[in-house]
Amino acid sequence: MQKNNIEAKTVIQVSNLYKDYQTAAGPFPVLKDVNLRIENGDYVAIMGPSGSGKSTFMNILGCLDKPTKGKYVLDGHAVATMEENAVAGVRNKTIGFVFQGFNLLARSSLLDNVALPLVYSGIEKPERHKRAKVLLEKVGLGKHINSRPNQISGGQQQRVAIARALVNNPRLILADEPTGNLDSVTSEEIMALFGELNQEGITIVLVTHETDIAEHAKRQVRFLDGKIVQDTLTNSHSLNEVL
Amino acid sequence: MFSAMLGEAWHAMGANRLRTFLTMLGMVIGVGAVVLMMAIGQGAEASVKRSISAMGSNLFVVLSGPPNVAGARSATGNAPSLNVKDANAIAELDGVAGVAPVTMGKAQIVFGSNNWNTDILGTTPSYLDVRSWYLSSGYAFADSDIRSATRVALIGKTVAQNIFGDDIDPLGKTIRIKQSPFVVLGVLDSKGQSLDGRDQDDTIIVPLTTAQRKLFGNQLPGSVRQIIVQAESDKAMAMTEEGINGLLNQRHNIREGADSDFSVRNLTAIANSAAETTRTMSLLLGAIASVSLLVGGIGIMNIMLVSVTERTREIGIRMAIGARQRDILMQFLLEAIVISIVGCLIGIGIGVGGAVLVSIFTKTEVIVSTNSVLIAFSVAASIGVFFGFYPARKAAKLNPIEALRYQ
Ligand SMILES: Nc1ncnc2c1ncn2[C@@H]1O[C@H](COP(=O)(O)OP(=O)(O)O)[C@@H](O)[C@H]1O
Ligand SMILES: [Mg+2]
Repeated sequence: MQKNNIEAKTVIQVSNLYKDYQTAAGPFPVLKDVNLRIENGDYVAIMGPSGSGKSTFMNILGCLDKPTKGKYVLDGHAVATMEENAVAGVRNKTIGFVFQGFNLLARSSLLDNVALPLVYSGIEKPERHKRAKVLLEKVGLGKHINSRPNQISGGQQQRVAIARALVNNPRLILADEPTGNLDSVTSEEIMALFGELNQEGITIVLVTHETDIAEHAKRQVRFLDGKIVQDTLTNSHSLNEVL
Repeated sequence: MFSAMLGEAWHAMGANRLRTFLTMLGMVIGVGAVVLMMAIGQGAEASVKRSISAMGSNLFVVLSGPPNVAGARSATGNAPSLNVKDANAIAELDGVAGVAPVTMGKAQIVFGSNNWNTDILGTTPSYLDVRSWYLSSGYAFADSDIRSATRVALIGKTVAQNIFGDDIDPLGKTIRIKQSPFVVLGVLDSKGQSLDGRDQDDTIIVPLTTAQRKLFGNQLPGSVRQIIVQAESDKAMAMTEEGINGLLNQRHNIREGADSDFSVRNLTAIANSAAETTRTMSLLLGAIASVSLLVGGIGIMNIMLVSVTERTREIGIRMAIGARQRDILMQFLLEAIVISIVGCLIGIGIGVGGAVLVSIFTKTEVIVSTNSVLIAFSVAASIGVFFGFYPARKAAKLNPIEALRYQ
């Protein structure tokens, strides 16, 4: 993961970002003038009540959705102006996703699940399997590479999802409530894994509404009604209100 | 990348075997039907073509009896209105290359302990010329045999098989036709089936006079049932037909406008229209079978649409981890193509197998040509692409967030 050091220092730069959903009753504003900068190697927990726009924001960060207004620069690229194939390339190589519901392919083996992103980067099968195997070992599932997702526990499935997110050596991991479906012991294990990855230099942004989970991050950002209302560093407890 | 996607398509097909099989079945039946129908159609065409070339070229047959009661005529036994003198007169016409008066009947023949019932044809030596019929062994009778009404016979392959078998050489042997002894002079080459499906090799040819006097002894001396006329060329056909009509009307004292007591048929024209009919029939069979291919294609589209809906979430996941729209498009398109191609291969197997069974059980000729297989294959592949494209595009155009949220 050394390569991250030679890349842009700022991974995410969001300025004056708005997002409206088009509903039958007209435009419905969800994000209202959001500004956020995330440096390389940062570890950010996004918090806030349900419906405050966290997932909407994560989807924009992950290039799955486009803002209605405002600027989003990811790793030096203005995502809004990129064409569809290039955006798919960013999702494939720059970002690793971890979802609340794991989102593994039920019919494929763990090995194939982890190797799947490499299919879309055009990497040959032996290399795909080699890299997937290394990552499954790293997340402690080296013995289960031929199992199906439904044969392992939720915590293990989330580990597989993390291995899949890592397989293309991304700079950034986006995780929307990764521990939402897990018990507290398993959650701690997953958070320890994220901690390790951050130690290795990967930038992590995760959404959670549990304070003890957020404590694992270096920095906590709080959303309320589509706006960032608080941005604090966890360890130093230095308050940095953005009201 | 491509091989990975092919693997995925295979995998997806295996995930729901029954459904894949049922989807494929439409294709299997469609392709099988096309291959089988084309085999039957082409077989029919080929056997008609062979009958035509075996018939001889530029031929007329002049039948005794009025033209309008064609079919019933010969069976009723009224005296034939044509005779050998008519034939000789026709031979003098411009544009006529050869003439052979023919009288015929059925008779029981015997050799040793073997019996066989066959067609006896009494005619002149020129018959073999106009029909382009050759001998596989022995020699033909001559005009002198006609003059002296000798008891000699040329036998067809089927007759030879049935009364002599494989071991006895028929040449020079004496067979009995209606109790009288005949010496076998020659064995005729095989002609195969006639246009109306008769075995032309199930025939014995004897001198005309012998047939008239010693076998079928008829009322009017010299009368014949039909006269075969060969024109010199294709171009001379029309002129020859006119000439025959004029000549016979005059000889038979038939006034203008009155019914004639003979009819002239252009065998070449009949043969061509028979060929045309089989061609049309084989096209029609192919067209009907193609409809089932179309139905198979619609079945594929239907199932692919269901599959896209069912796998919406999977599509969302793939997009989130970097699949481009064209990757998703290719994935589903490939699946449709694989289903149709595998179905097509099975269908070809079934069609060819069916064709073999048809030829064994109905003894009709069938031809499975490489062309028909290639056509069926490429049509099936195109159907896969055509009917797979819409569902695949629908999948590729899904919004990743909505797809991920789909339950
Ligand atoms: N596709 C959509 N269309 C319309 N409204 C939406 C859509 N997605 C989310 N919303 C609304 O936007 C708001 C923010 O949703 P979301 O970003 O999922 O919040 P969070 O993740 O913080 O709970 C909610 O009120 C939700 O109902
Ligand atoms: Mg949410």
